[in-house]
Amino acid sequence: MSDLRDLYQELILDHNRKPRNFGPLAGANRSARGVNPLCGDKVAVHLHVEDDRVTGVSFEGTGCAISIASASVMTESLKEQSCDHARELFERFHQMVANDDGGNDGAGMGKLAAFAGVRDYPARVKCATLAWHTLRAALDGEDKAVSTE
Amino acid sequence: MRQVKTAECNGPAEAFDVARVREDFPILGESVHGKPLVYLDNAATAQKPRSVIERVAGYYETENSNIHRGVHRLSELATRAYEDARGAVRRFLNAAQDREIVFVRGATEAINLVARCYGGVNLEAGDEVVISAMEHHSNIVPWQLICQEKGAVLRVIPVDDRGDVVMEAYHRLLGPRTRIVALPHVSNALGTVNPIKEMIADAHRAGIPVLIDGAQGAPHAAVDVQDLDCDFYAFSSHKLYGPTGVGVLYGKAGLLEAMPPYQGGGDMILTVSFEATEYNALPYKFEAGTPNIAGVIGLGAAVEYLTGLGIEAVAAHEDRVLAYAVERLTCVPGLRLIGTPARRASLVSFIFGDVHAHDIGTILDQEGIAVRTGHHCAMPVMDRFGVPATVRASFACYNTEAEVDVLAEGLERVRRLFDGV
Repeated sequence: MSDLRDLYQELILDHNRKPRNFGPLAGANRSARGVNPLCGDKVAVHLHVEDDRVTGVSFEGTGCAISIASASVMTESLKEQSCDHARELFERFHQMVANDDGGNDGAGMGKLAAFAGVRDYPARVKCATLAWHTLRAALDGEDKAVSTE
Repeated sequence: MRQVKTAECNGPAEAFDVARVREDFPILGESVHGKPLVYLDNAATAQKPRSVIERVAGYYETENSNIHRGVHRLSELATRAYEDARGAVRRFLNAAQDREIVFVRGATEAINLVARCYGGVNLEAGDEVVISAMEHHSNIVPWQLICQEKGAVLRVIPVDDRGDVVMEAYHRLLGPRTRIVALPHVSNALGTVNPIKEMIADAHRAGIPVLIDGAQGAPHAAVDVQDLDCDFYAFSSHKLYGPTGVGVLYGKAGLLEAMPPYQGGGDMILTVSFEATEYNALPYKFEAGTPNIAGVIGLGAAVEYLTGLGIEAVAAHEDRVLAYAVERLTCVPGLRLIGTPARRASLVSFIFGDVHAHDIGTILDQEGIAVRTGHHCAMPVMDRFGVPATVRASFACYNTEAEVDVLAEGLERVRRLFDGV
């Protein structure tokens, strides 16, 4: 079961059980919805952006442990970050879990590195990235729902 | 369900030798993550017996040619094999005539064909199409498309908490504007076996034709389209141990005759000029272009394989495994079955504590167990039962009670990993 423990690390199980920053966000000025049409997972990401900085963030939705934990840890990593840094985190996270551009092992990414094991489960990459795709749509101010497809 | 076909059975139910049946399926010898494959995703697609695999390969090795065209030897062989498959399917469904068997790409295309060609001619603004709340998307969206185009209305028979259609509501929905009823034989998300013979008779009393989506029905129960008196019956080859990319639309000859073609092209015409085209006779009117010849021939071999085992014997075996699965899974603490219908076939759908179905699917996969997780292309069913997704274990002729035990043990691993469920 060591393989599965690589995927379902304690941090992921914990954030799945007790998602942080879960619920609506009072005063949000950017929001986006995301769906994974293959499995029906849904997430909404709400942001409060001021002077190009993320001053408030929350998410809502239903999904598997990977997608809920990913959204939860993502919100923690965004607070008081610049929008550019948030976009950069998206790129590095995607690179890590999708193993694209040679991948990366999550070094320097703090708690987000807990999701590095996802790369060994290609069917679950979309679970881990749904919230991030939705975040990017919110940052870009796109009003339409994003899809992992 | 009719009780005939015994002549083709190998004998009484106890003669069903599942160990021998398993030897017919090469893939069942495979390992997944170092564990023996436990394949419980048969409602998505069934595995193929050696006879089907070899028949498809044999066609390509010794008969490959286009059909209904060449006067040469290979074309004669291919045409005969293709039409023999039609005959095998006709006997399998007990249809009256070979020309009532139309080969298409799958159950989805069969339903689209009827929606487009029957609905396209017979639906007007304000008319109604009746379906149920337990449909696969493939028996919803084709009807939505034609209803939108014609200004017709889709009416939905509700499903009760057990997962059975509410018959009183069905009877109330059958009205003067109802033009067609489309129902699943067996629900792919709940396992419900619908009382289709009764429902067909109810519709016919009001003069309304009925299409049966048999994608989950034909592999698990003897189907006699004349006894059912259904007007259309659709199923897919690949869920019935045959190749992908092939399906069957059975239609009563009179209805098919009155319908316009589905697609234009070769094979579906008698004569073509730039002024007018005269269409070919049934079933070729609906088989434009070179069909999936190898697939159809493979389907013929699959039908013969299933008939050889005896569909009644297969159904009895599957029912035993299914009954054991229901009993065994009901005893797993934290597990809740989604759908407890009066009559069930081939599958169980469930949720387990608050662990999401996808996490369960990934963990079971590590144990070599293949299940389907998600909404099963039946999102309205998930909404009806208030769950985003379920785990579905679906059974075929080669599954065993021992595999149900492996599944139940796999769920205990899920419980341990998620700290108790």
